Amino acid sequence: MQHTISVLAENEFGVLSRVASLFSGRGFNIESLTVAPTNEDGMSRMTIVTRGDENILEQITKQLNKLIDVIKVIDFSDGSAIEREMALVKVTAEDESRAEVLRIVDIFRAKIIDVTPKSYTIEATGSPVKIDAILELLRPLGLKELVRTGAVAIGRGAKGWKG
Amino acid sequence: MKMNGARIMLECLKKEGVDTVFGYPGGTVINIYDELFNVKEIRHILPRHEQAGTHAADGYARATGRVGVAIATSGPGATNTVTGIATAYMDSIPMVIITGQVPTALIGNDAFQEVDIIGITRSCTKHSFLVRDVNDIATIMKKAFYIARSGRPGPVLVDLPKDVQIAQAEFSYPESVEIRSYKPNLVGHPRQVEKAVAMLLDSRRPVMYVGGGVGLGNAAEELTALARNLEVPVTTTLMGLGSFPESDPNSLGMLGMHGAYCANMAMTHSDLIVAIGARFDDRVTGKIATFAPHARIIHIDVDPTSIKKNVRVDLPIVGDVKDVLSKMIKQVDKHKDKVAVFKEGLAAWHADVAGWKDKHPISYKQSSTIIKPQYVIQKLRELSDDDAIIATDVGQHQMWTAQFFQFNRPRTLLSSGGLGTMGYGLPAAMGAQAAFPDRQVIAICGDGGVQMNIQEMATLVQNRLPVKIVILNNNFLGMVRQWQELFFDKRYSQTCMELPIDYIKLADAYGAKGFLATKPDEVEKVIRQGFAEKGPVIMEFKVAREEKVLPMVPAGASLNEMVLNA
Ligand SMILES: Cc1cc2nc3c(=O)[nH]c(=O)nc-3n(C[C@H](O)[C@H](O)[C@H](O)COP(=O)(O)OP(=O)(O)OC[C@H]3O[C@@H](n4cnc5c(N)ncnc54)[C@H](O)[C@@H]3O)c2cc1C
Ligand SMILES: Cc1ncc(C[n+]2csc(CCOP(=O)(O)OP(=O)(O)O)c2C)c(N)n1
Ligand SMILES: [Mg+2]
Repeated sequence: MQHTISVLAENEFGVLSRVASLFSGRGFNIESLTVAPTNEDGMSRMTIVTRGDENILEQITKQLNKLIDVIKVIDFSDGSAIEREMALVKVTAEDESRAEVLRIVDIFRAKIIDVTPKSYTIEATGSPVKIDAILELLRPLGLKELVRTGAVAIGRGAKGWKG
Repeated sequence: MKMNGARIMLECLKKEGVDTVFGYPGGTVINIYDELFNVKEIRHILPRHEQAGTHAADGYARATGRVGVAIATSGPGATNTVTGIATAYMDSIPMVIITGQVPTALIGNDAFQEVDIIGITRSCTKHSFLVRDVNDIATIMKKAFYIARSGRPGPVLVDLPKDVQIAQAEFSYPESVEIRSYKPNLVGHPRQVEKAVAMLLDSRRPVMYVGGGVGLGNAAEELTALARNLEVPVTTTLMGLGSFPESDPNSLGMLGMHGAYCANMAMTHSDLIVAIGARFDDRVTGKIATFAPHARIIHIDVDPTSIKKNVRVDLPIVGDVKDVLSKMIKQVDKHKDKVAVFKEGLAAWHADVAGWKDKHPISYKQSSTIIKPQYVIQKLRELSDDDAIIATDVGQHQMWTAQFFQFNRPRTLLSSGGLGTMGYGLPAAMGAQAAFPDRQVIAICGDGGVQMNIQEMATLVQNRLPVKIVILNNNFLGMVRQWQELFFDKRYSQTCMELPIDYIKLADAYGAKGFLATKPDEVEKVIRQGFAEKGPVIMEFKVAREEKVLPMVPAGASLNEMVLNA
């Protein structure tokens, strides 16, 4: 089962390595991890996409909570979150495939952010599923390079994380 | 008044009431040592190896319940503490370890004696701090001690770069700490407690399964009161020994791999297990799939990660044992009539338990020609003070101590359970003796492990710490040899300690006294002689070489599938 977890943590020295080594040391899986400061002073927020059965996920959230620098752990397992991810993609675009790339970009509301006679670089944003879908279509045309940010997530509704 | 960072750190120790530290000097802590010269309130003990210093701080903490403190220099000094830190971490022992670090400007440059000790110890500390500003020392020290002792205790490392020790600042120690991201839940939920008591009073075959958390939380008294009031059988883990008197008729002794038959049978047949400050270690549960198949489980623990980590739990109670047990006692008192009925209902269960006790008590075959290790342990119990503190090393002798010594008081057994660190016993005893100069402190060691920190004989003699070291010499790495005998066709690969050592001469070389017993009728005399000495002593017992620790649950087997005799 795939799960998305948000971790609010003190922006202290080494906090990222504490989280990362918790996962590696206990054999938990990380599919993606993003981190950046938040609007609150000294606090950063990580979004971690992980995989495991119910017991493992319970241990993951408990172990994260146990880290001294972690302020709050939010488990978005039940689809209660909106997730977004960005991808930057360099695709081969020559002759007849140039138009095809443009069509795909248009359908997915992506953007061309760099152009050469032989390539387009595309910026695509959306749910991880949508990113997977556009990549699926671009792949046959020739993917030269791909960067994904990993998902970020925020809860649905009016409430902030503090409730 | 302004003072330098080194002095501020020491002033913080004073504020925390630290009276003893175990430390070893070096380039990046030389400023601390220079300031220590002026601080008379802190006794500094110089071990002969930083690992031993860390174990000593751990032994000090286990025996007293206070936070143990160790100091080491950067680089090799710091790496030498790692085994001691990991040992404390696995057994949840409160410690603060202060390491010197190269000056902040040099961090990351592969400077002389630089190691990333915070990185190295990340997975075996409860938390760690790198101090980068002299103005932060006091707050960080306050937090370090608070984190080390609160909630589930554990070791906290403070890495103090040399320039920060030299820099000057005003010293003021914070009155209190507030860490927004760290708020251990100490108070058991009243409704969960009510439910627990209801479940308990509804059960017919209850067992209390008591772990190290009861001792750590200073709740032996509450536990004993509750168990005695309800007449519920109590088994303890290795770490729980001493938290419930083994002399009590309702004590089942230790459970698990080398636990008592009655304890493991009681767990297997129980309909309600109340786990109190215990973490369902694999040495205790045996095969998980067949563990306690008929029991509902109540789990009381201050650390939510301990709950449902290894086994299913029907009723979790997150909280401090002392708080939860006190509440349970009060709750039980509200149901006097129910309690009477409950106790009457236990008759059949008590009969079962008595039957198991009778059928296979912990025992051994005595010999008139060769010293049985178990006999030495029994004699030690008989001849030692009631409040003697026993530190063990790791191996067969550790298990025989657990089985035969009979622990009746909390904080009287210091043993490395979780990490199983050979070399722990002697320095841990040293730390306990430093805390209690007037109590009898005995280190029970094997001939293998005692060599791992034997250099501490010098520390004992120098600091007049009269630890009584008992060596059960089987001339084998006995515990491994036992596995080789049972599971590897007696192929004793590298477990025979070929070279006999003259421990009397060795003791003499350090300025201590040594005694040797080779025959059963010498055992008592040697123990009496050893105990009568004012200073540190080695008592060596040449014991039956191929004695096995039994009973035993083979790895991967169920708790009730015990190997009972040879
Ligand atoms: C050679 C060898 C053989 C061994 N054989 C056995 C054996 O046969 N039987 C056996 O039992 N052990 C044995 N052990 C020890 C075993 O490895 C474990 O260390 C031990 O079983 C763990 O004990 P525990 O469950 O009490 O946990 P501990 O490690 O003592 O953990 C304490 C628990 O209590 C909690 N806690 C701490 N403070 C509080 C508080 N204030 N309030 C509430 N909860 C708190 C903690 O969160 C933790 O979950 C052996 C070890 C060795 C080296
Ligand atoms: C540091 C360390 N190394 C290795 C081991 C593995 N080990 C566990 S028990 C044991 C044998 C201990 O021998 P000894 O100290 O003579 O005690 P005995 O079992 O003979 O009583 C060994 C090697 C360990 N626990 N710790
Ligand atoms: Mg041995």
